[in-house]
Formats: sequence, structure tokens, C-alpha cells
Amino acid sequence: MPSEPMVSRRTVLASSVGGLALLALPRAALAMSADEAKVLVDNTVAQINDIINSGKSEQAMYGDFEDLFARYADVPTIARSVLGPAAKAASSGQMSSYTKAFQVYISHKYGRRFREFIGGRIEVAEAKAVKSFFEVISTAYLQGEAPFEVRWHVSDKSGKGLFFNIIIEGVNMLASERTEMGALLDQRGGDLDTLITDLKTL
Amino acid sequence: MSLLKISLPGNGWLHTALLVAGLSLVSACGAPSGPDGISDPFETTNRKIHAFNRGVDRALLGPASKGYGGIIPKPVSQGIGNLAETLDLPGDIANDLLQFRIGDAVQNTMRLGTNVFFGLGGLIDTSTALGLQGKPTDFGETLHVWGFGEGPYLEVPFSGPSTVRDAAGTVVDIAMNPVRLAVPKREATAAMAIKLFSRVGDRDRFSETIESILYDSADSYAQARLLYLQNRRFTLNRGADATSEDEYIDPYEDPYAE
Repeated sequence: MPSEPMVSRRTVLASSVGGLALLALPRAALAMSADEAKVLVDNTVAQINDIINSGKSEQAMYGDFEDLFARYADVPTIARSVLGPAAKAASSGQMSSYTKAFQVYISHKYGRRFREFIGGRIEVAEAKAVKSFFEVISTAYLQGEAPFEVRWHVSDKSGKGLFFNIIIEGVNMLASERTEMGALLDQRGGDLDTLITDLKTL
Repeated sequence: MSLLKISLPGNGWLHTALLVAGLSLVSACGAPSGPDGISDPFETTNRKIHAFNRGVDRALLGPASKGYGGIIPKPVSQGIGNLAETLDLPGDIANDLLQFRIGDAVQNTMRLGTNVFFGLGGLIDTSTALGLQGKPTDFGETLHVWGFGEGPYLEVPFSGPSTVRDAAGTVVDIAMNPVRLAVPKREATAAMAIKLFSRVGDRDRFSETIESILYDSADSYAQARLLYLQNRRFTLNRGADATSEDEYIDPYEDPYAE
């Protein structure tokens, strides 16, 4: 019997935290402008440039990239979209630990890739409205490579302006991560809890 | 590899045969279908070829490129890359003309002239330094301009991701390559060797990207397929706004977002 009250207290706590999170997510459009979307990407790019040229160790850079994702990207929306149909069946507790694990996974993965940007720079050119969000177009200039295009998709539907997709020369982060996450889940026989544990070490 | 061997110069009828084979492959092209706009009816075979290609990369190409990158100084491998690109230019110009892209044909012709005469015969990419960027193209793109759809996805042995249309384009590009048709057999073989070295150099230059796809992803076949198709469509789209809806994913609208 001693464990019984513990469980129910935890359940109550979890559901009230869930309720608070819902309150903090106004779904109405906040009428963001293209300029504001561009400013968001300008700030993101400035911070990426700072991190990659900071001369810090790779491990320290991962931490910085995780902060960057948490601050400028809509991590819960990206995480949910990447998980696909499995997100529907998941409990709110699973979704919150999955989202945390995903944030670590994605900042490690893209942190590793951004390392190739050392000594290079990204320039933000223009922002425009597409569908129900904004597309900000930038160009990456890397040493010894032809310049290439990086597009950022930005929305304020989470309650504030955040980016939710990066498209590098047509290669779409959300689409690519959906394929990856689907395969990772298949490898684990569809077991979300195992995926959550493993995600932080990938 | 066998493709390269049978299309040596002097076999006029073979060129025609290859052209016909290439074009009849293309007539099988249709609109892409299936999830994410991917048509992959040959998936079972493609996956076997992918596993084979991965084995070739792991055992041969990967180690060879590391050795190449380690032994050959960067300026030399850069020079070989530039030379290979210059050798591609006559074929690019021919395709530009077939695509009615006169501006690109002029730009590539200027690149050819500049790099041959002021870049030690193509070893130095003087053009890019002068702001004359390369406009690489191929017969697959020409077919796209002519209105052919990409057709089903294909994995080509030793070469990797492609589509029926792009594979047919490659066959035509090899059969009709102006450089190979114009120069004697020995020089044509040398040109082929330069292209091969350049590819090994590329494998070394992009090793992080290639290895993350081939060895770090959960399903390297699906990942390589997606990346190839998205990037190829982007290239053929030439900076125009996305024509397919799948490029604009709206996670706030899709069924999993709520």
C-alpha cells in the first residue's frame, strides 16, 4: 500500500504540469511579420557563428547547440512531427521525456555537422510568407566550397516566433528526421521507451 | 564499369544502341507516387544493390579515399578535381544547348576557354576566382527540361542513388561525351582516370557527410534515397519556389501535431 499514494500524487502532478503547459500555448496566430522572422534567423545565425568560431571543445559546443535549439527552435513541435504516428499513441509523460531526449539527440547530431562550418559564415538574405508560416532564405559560405542555400521555416504558432525546419539545398530536416526516427523505432520493435533511453546516446 | 568499357570510341553502332536503350528506359518514366513523392517499385532489388554499394564503400572506396587524401597534397587533389570538371565542360555545353539555355552555354564556354588558356589547361579554376561560377548539368537534366518525369528510384551498382530518368541520362552522357569522341583512345582513357581520381577525392572531401548517411543512420537506404531525390529536385528546380507540397511541411497542421 505505501506505493499507492506516491503514484497518484505523481499522476496528479504530471497532469497539472500538462495543464499548465497547455495554458502557456496560445494557439491563436500572433501576427508575426516577415521582418520578425528574419530577425529570429539573424539571431540564430549570429549565435551559430559565435559557437563555431569560439574555439571551444566539441563537448562544450554540444551544450551551446542545445541551448541554441531550446531558445530559437520549436523543439516540442519538431520532436512530435518527427515521431509521426507513434506520437498519437504516446502518453504525455512519454512525450515529455521523448522531447527532452530528442533535444539532446538533435543538438548532438547537428552540432557535429555545424563543425564543418568552422571558418565559414552564413548570410541571411530575405524573408517571405509561404502557406501559414515564413521562409527565410540564407546562403552558407564555407571554405573551399561553392556557396549553398539554407532555408529556415519560422512560425509563431507555439506562442512565440521560432524556427521548425531547416532546408539545405532542398534537403529537408523534418523529412529526413522522420525517416530516421521511423527506422529507429522499427529497430526497437516500436518500443518508445527504449527509443527514449537510446536517443540521448546516439 | 562495363558501361564504360563497351562505349569506347569507334563503335558508332554502339552509341546508337546505347542512345536507343537510354531513351527507351526513359519512356518508362512516370510521375512519382507514394508517400513523400517517392516512387520505388524496385525497392527489394535496390536495397540489395545498396548493401553491395555500401560494402564497396566500406572495403574499397572509403579506405582508398582516406589513403588518397592522406598521400595527395590538397592543391594536387584540388587540381585533379578542377581538371575533371574542365573535362566535363564540353558535355555540359552540349546539354545546355539541348536545354535551350544559351546563357549557361555561353558561361560554360567562357569557363572552358578561361580555364584551358589561363588555368594551365584546366588544372586551376581561374573562372571561379573571376566570379564565373560553374553551371554543371547532365543529360538527365536535359530530359527533365524536355518534360520527362523522374520515374522510379534506382540504386546503380558502384554509383549509388539515381532514378530511371537520371540513369538513362548518364548512359547518354557517357556514350555521347564530346571529349571522349574527339580525342584518341589513350587520351580518353587518361581522361577517364582523372575522373575516377576526382571521384575518390570527392569521397574524401565529403567523408563526414557520406559516412553519416551510410553508417550512422538507422536506415541508410531510405536516408540516401530521400536525400538524393530532394537534392536532385532542388537542383533541377533551379531556385524556383518548390513545386511539390512535400517540401513545405507544416507540423502545426499535420495530424500528429495535435
